[in-house]
Amino acid sequence: MAEPRVRFQSVAKCYGETIALADTDLEIAAGEYVVLLGPSGSGKTTLLSILGGFVEPSSGRVFINGEDVTDLPAARRPTATVFQDYALFPHMSVAANVAFGLAMRGLRKTQRLKKAEEMLELVGLKGFGRRGVHQLSGGQRQRVALARAIAVDPAVLLLDEPLGALDLALRRQMQEELVRLQRQLGATFVHVTHDQEEAMSIADRVVVMKDGRIEDMGPPARVYLKPASLFAARFMGENNLIEGQVVGRANGQTAVDTIVGRLLADQPAEPSEKVHVALRPEQLRFSAELGAQALGDAEVTEFSFQGTHFRVHCRLAGQELIARVPAEEPPLAGERLPLYARAGDLVLLRQ
Amino acid sequence: MRARPKSFDLADGVSLLYVALALLFIFLPVGALILFAFQDGIAPVPPFKGPTLQWFDKMLHNRRLMEALWNSVLVGGLSSLAATFLGFLAAFSLARRNWRFAQGAQLLLMAPITVSYLIIGMGLQITFNLMGIDRSLLAIGIGHVVINLPLCFAIVYSQLGEHQANIERAARDLGANEWQVVGLITAPMLWPTLLAAYFIAFTLSWDEFVIAFLLSRFDVTLPVVIWGLLRSGLSPELNAAGTLVFGISIAIVLAVELLLWRGRRAATHG
Repeated sequence: MAEPRVRFQSVAKCYGETIALADTDLEIAAGEYVVLLGPSGSGKTTLLSILGGFVEPSSGRVFINGEDVTDLPAARRPTATVFQDYALFPHMSVAANVAFGLAMRGLRKTQRLKKAEEMLELVGLKGFGRRGVHQLSGGQRQRVALARAIAVDPAVLLLDEPLGALDLALRRQMQEELVRLQRQLGATFVHVTHDQEEAMSIADRVVVMKDGRIEDMGPPARVYLKPASLFAARFMGENNLIEGQVVGRANGQTAVDTIVGRLLADQPAEPSEKVHVALRPEQLRFSAELGAQALGDAEVTEFSFQGTHFRVHCRLAGQELIARVPAEEPPLAGERLPLYARAGDLVLLRQ
Repeated sequence: MRARPKSFDLADGVSLLYVALALLFIFLPVGALILFAFQDGIAPVPPFKGPTLQWFDKMLHNRRLMEALWNSVLVGGLSSLAATFLGFLAAFSLARRNWRFAQGAQLLLMAPITVSYLIIGMGLQITFNLMGIDRSLLAIGIGHVVINLPLCFAIVYSQLGEHQANIERAARDLGANEWQVVGLITAPMLWPTLLAAYFIAFTLSWDEFVIAFLLSRFDVTLPVVIWGLLRSGLSPELNAAGTLVFGISIAIVLAVELLLWRGRRAATHG
């Protein structure tokens, strides 16, 4: 295999007794858009800071393009960062901000201003070069920060919760633009966020982190549909989790005894193993279509209208479940709702 | 909710009277000083006999006063420059380096603010004696650096927060070395603060009497000369000199306010 763009080799970081990042191995391919996803304190920002050269790892090595950069300061690494608070230079014009990295590389003024203008055009701020930073809106500052970072053609672009300060509509728009920009440049992006929707919509690969460890990683659809850990199943979107114990395997299906009865799953598991059965709300069906198994009749306790569907809380044999009912079929409180699930949708997670 | 136009009531009247009295209490001495600088007569005492500029003219032709004025500008200008520069360096290193003794060093640096100028002046006299430095403008200047450095340090330090640290990090990330970070980012970013610190140090040096008195011999600063002249009796000429000192101080204070206001505006919008 070709050398990856970035390679973390058993990198760890401790602050005294506190482990910010446990022994971590991670490879990032050139041209990949990787999102580090996790709650605060999960180690995602630590990992990013170690890559950027702002935090020194306690152990392990970091390679960029096969070169060991562990001991290089941020200034001499082929990385550039988009900071959460943008960290624009307040005393400089927009163009001077974007051209700063090029000035540090000794590029002539005319050349770097030309490049700055190109970068501003790329992020949709053509003609903003002469303005002061304080004359820009939050979204525009975000774009300047982006232009400033990509102007130096970094081997890896690091984005530290870059959209956290923007309102929802602008955030959606910027997510799309980040992806477009990344494709257009063929660049490698590493993006930190705690927003799982953001992660799903932009990532080629999501790295789910918790307590300084990687819990799961893979394409968003895989992590969403077949999470590798209980935490990943909970953190990436809503999930129904039903405790159970594996009975055994027959006819290519695993039988699990749960509070709602015996469930059949395609996924293999060891007999007598204690598991959580994970099932997404939209995977709860209301008829035996496509060979779905009957779970029984649940009682609707609460529901709320979500536009595309009703989000329904219901109870099945003492187990709380969340289901999605089509918008055209409004539920009633107290109504009996027949539930079905396909064996292929059930995910078994070891407890 | 719309603000209701309020009628003027007794409570408003009382508070207005209170404010007027307080302002009178504060400004009466200065007002009297300035008024009698324009006294058409030889004594700056009531009654006020009508405006004239003759005392200002006389003051501007008084060689001792003019020399002292120049000395004050020189001492204030240079000592403030040194205090601001040293204060900036100290603040930068204490704010940015995770030293074990940073907290202690910070306390130690700020401590002189609480010591009276008389004590500092005496200490300096003894020290300069030991070191063989004569009482001179240089000695006064050093004294003023001693009293103003803690202040400049405190002013600059308060402006070196986490947001500024992140901006410096961004510069480093883009390839700037430490000198470039300080020279191209930190200092220019803080220029309103640095100028404000400089001007505040300048006004303190400009008005400072005790240390200047203790550490001067032949060349003296304006407050020392005014004190000397006061001993030979009141004169509207001294009022004129006082008015000049006060006027320059006020002008500088206003300049500082303007700078800080602009700095705050840039901070909230930047």
